[in-house]
Amino acid sequence: MSKILMCGNEVIGEAAVQAGCRHYFGYPITPQNELTAYMARRMEEVGGVFLQSESELAAINMVLGASACGARAMTSSSSPGISLKQEGISYIAGMELPAVVVNVMRGGPGLGNIAPSQSDYFQAVKGGGHGDYRLIVLAPSCSQELYDLTALAFDLADTYRNPVMILADGMLGQMMEPVTLKKINSKRVKKPWVLTGAKNRPARMLRSLFLEAGALEKHNEKLQEKYRRIKAKEVRCETYNISRAEVIVVAYGSSARLTKAAVKMAEERGIKAGYIKPITLWPFPEEVFINEKDKDKRYLVVEMNEGQMVEDVERCAGDRKRVSFYGHAGGWIPQVEDIFKRIKKLV
Amino acid sequence: MKKVFGRTRTLRDTHTHYCPGCGHGIAHRLVAEVIDELGIRERTIGIAPVGCAVLAYYYWDLDICEAPHGRPPAVATGMKSVNPKNIVFTYQGDGDLAAIGFNETIHAANRGENITVIFINNAIYGMTGGQMAPTTLCGQVTATTPSGRNAERYGQPIHVAELLGHLPGVTFSSRVALSDIPNIMKTKQAIKKAFQAQMDGKGFSIVEVLSPCPTYWRKTPVEALKFIKKDMTKIFPLGVFKE
Amino acid sequence: MREEIIAAGFGGQGVMLIGKILAYAGMLEGKQVTYFPSYGAEVRGGTANSTTIISTAEIPTPISSHPDVLLAMNSPSCKKFGSRLKKGGLLIANTSLIEDVFKRSDLTIMKIPATSLAHDLGNKRSANMIMIGAYLKYKAIVSLKSVEKAFSIFLPGKKDFWDINKKALRLGMEYEGR
Repeated sequence: MSKILMCGNEVIGEAAVQAGCRHYFGYPITPQNELTAYMARRMEEVGGVFLQSESELAAINMVLGASACGARAMTSSSSPGISLKQEGISYIAGMELPAVVVNVMRGGPGLGNIAPSQSDYFQAVKGGGHGDYRLIVLAPSCSQELYDLTALAFDLADTYRNPVMILADGMLGQMMEPVTLKKINSKRVKKPWVLTGAKNRPARMLRSLFLEAGALEKHNEKLQEKYRRIKAKEVRCETYNISRAEVIVVAYGSSARLTKAAVKMAEERGIKAGYIKPITLWPFPEEVFINEKDKDKRYLVVEMNEGQMVEDVERCAGDRKRVSFYGHAGGWIPQVEDIFKRIKKLV
Repeated sequence: MKKVFGRTRTLRDTHTHYCPGCGHGIAHRLVAEVIDELGIRERTIGIAPVGCAVLAYYYWDLDICEAPHGRPPAVATGMKSVNPKNIVFTYQGDGDLAAIGFNETIHAANRGENITVIFINNAIYGMTGGQMAPTTLCGQVTATTPSGRNAERYGQPIHVAELLGHLPGVTFSSRVALSDIPNIMKTKQAIKKAFQAQMDGKGFSIVEVLSPCPTYWRKTPVEALKFIKKDMTKIFPLGVFKE
Repeated sequence: MREEIIAAGFGGQGVMLIGKILAYAGMLEGKQVTYFPSYGAEVRGGTANSTTIISTAEIPTPISSHPDVLLAMNSPSCKKFGSRLKKGGLLIANTSLIEDVFKRSDLTIMKIPATSLAHDLGNKRSANMIMIGAYLKYKAIVSLKSVEKAFSIFLPGKKDFWDINKKALRLGMEYEGR
C-alpha cells in the first residue's frame, strides 16, 4: 500500500474514522486543532456526528452519552483541556463505558505553552480524576503508530468497557510523516448493556453510584479484576538489544524517537546500549524490568518532563541507584547528542 | 370492584428515599404517567442528576443513565446524536441545572437539542443539607445563608424558564408548581407538552417545576405548599414563556 | 544522506507549502521525510517557518537546530535562522524583501529577487516556487519531476495556476544568482 503524507493530528482522525468512530465531540485547543477540523470535515463526508462543544467538560459528557447508547465515540484535547475532562473520565471509568480520549500534550502547568511536552504522564497513568480507576494509555511515537494505536484504542475500549487514552504530544500532532492508511478490521464487540429504550427486555441502568452497604467495594473489586486482566493481556512494548546492553534507555513517544538515534550512535562508538520503548504506559511493561537478572545494568530514563515515568522504572527495577533521569519540562526537546553523552557517562 | 387508580407502568413498585412532603415523588409520577400515556416508554432514555433525585433510576422502570453533576444536557446531546428516535429527557434540580451545569443547559438549549428537561426548583440544595441554591429566595435562611440570602452578595434568584424562553432553540418553556391538585394537573399537562414537542422534533423543551422541600424549608408539608403559593410564585411567576 | 531545510518568511508567502512539497517529493523518491510547521500565535502575523528533513535513515526529530539549507523569504527570517545554518550550509535569500543579506563566510549564499520575478511572471504568490527552483539548481536533493508531482497533491486546482507555478520553478532553476 502506498504511503501518504499527513499531519499527525489528521492521522489520528483518519484512524478513528476507519475504526468506525462516527461520533466526535471536541473543543478547540492548540496543538490539536487540526484533529478537530479534520473530524468536522470527515464526519460530514461519512455521515457521522461532529459537534463543537461549549467546553471540554461538555465534550467528554457528550462522549459519555453517545457511548452509553452504543456508539464508538471520541474526544480530543491538549493538556489544560484534558484536566477539564477528568471528571467525565472518572465517571466513564466508573460506569464502565468505552471511550477514546486523545491528549496531544503541551507544556504545563497551568496554561503553560503550546510546545510539545510529556508532562501529563502522571495524570494519564496514575489517575487524573478521582477514584481507583485505570485508563489504558497508549503512547505512539510516529505517524504510523498514531494510526495503528488509535484504531487499537477503539477495540480495547469496547473489549474492556474502559476509557482508552492516546497520549501524544505537539510534535507528533503537528509533524507530517509518511503513513500507510491500512484497512482496519475493527473488532465487533457485543454491547448488551447499551441504552436503546426498554423494548421487549428489562430496563437497563448505567451508573457509578453505589450507595448500598458493600456495593461500591464490590464494584471496585470488579474493576480491579478487569484491570488485572488488562495487565495480563495488553502490555505492549518495544525492546532493542536489552540482553547485551550495559545501558538501557527507557523512553516513550517523541523522546523514544530521539532515544533510538542516540542508542544507534552509542553502538557505532562501541558502547553496548539498548532501549525499552513502552507502548502501553498503562499497563506499564513491568516484567521487562523485573525479569532483568543482571543487576549491573543501568537504566537511563529520557522524558520531556521533570521526571514522571522514571518513578515507574525505579519501582520495577527495584534499585533506584541503577536508574538515571534526563529530562526537562516546558517545551524542551532533547538532542540526540545529549542523550548519547549521558549514555556514555553511565558506561 | 372497579379499579380507579393504580401505579403507572413506568413507575417501579418501590419505596422512595424522599422526605415526607417532598415534591420529587409527585414529579416522578407525573413524568411516568406522561411517558405511559404517550406510549413512549420503550424508546425513552432518562438521565438522572446529582442531587436529591440522584437515585431516580430506582423509581422509573425505563432505560436510564447517570451523569456528572450538571452535565445531563451534554450527556443527552451525545445520546440523542446516536439515535434521534429515542426520547431523551433529563431530570435536574436547581443546583445541577442552574449552578454547576448552567453552561451545559444554556448551550444545549441554544443548539435546540431535541430533548426534554424537567427542572425541579425547590430553592434549596437538599442532598447536601440545605445550602443556598441559585434559586433561593432573598432573605431565605439556608445552611450557607444563616442570616438569609443577601441580594447584594448573591444577586437575585435566577429565573431559568424566562431566560431559556428567550433562546430561539427553545420550543417550549414553562413554569408550573406542585402546590395543589389543580396545579399538579397543570404540571402534568406542561410535562406532556414538553415530551410531545420532542416527539414532534421541535427542539429543546423545559418545564420548571416549583416543588416543596419541607425538610430544609423548616416547614410542615402543608406550610411548604403554602410557601410555594404565597412566596415562591411571587418571585417565580407561573406561566408559559415560550410555546 | 540527510538534509535539513528551513523555509521561512511572512505568513502568506507560502513557506509551509515549500516544506510540504519538498517532503512529499522526498517521500515519492523513497526517502524518509518529516515536515514540521511553526504553529500557534507565531503563525499569525509574525514570521512563519517550516522544517523539512529528507534522509536515507530514520529521522529522530522533525525539528532542526542547525539546518543545512535556509530558504529565506524576508528579512526577519533571514536574520533569525541565518545564524543557525550549519557550517558550509546553503542560504537562498529572496532579495526582493531582504536588503542586507546575512554575512557569513562559511556559507554558500544565493541571492534571488523571487518576489519581483514572480511579479513579472504574473503571479506574486509563486515566489515560493521560484525559491524551490533555485534550491533544486544548487542541490538535486529531489528531482523536478517529483516536485511537480507533489504539486498535484497540495495544489489541486486550475491548470493555468499549475502552469504558472511550473514556469516559476523553471525560472528559479535558470536564474543566475550570486
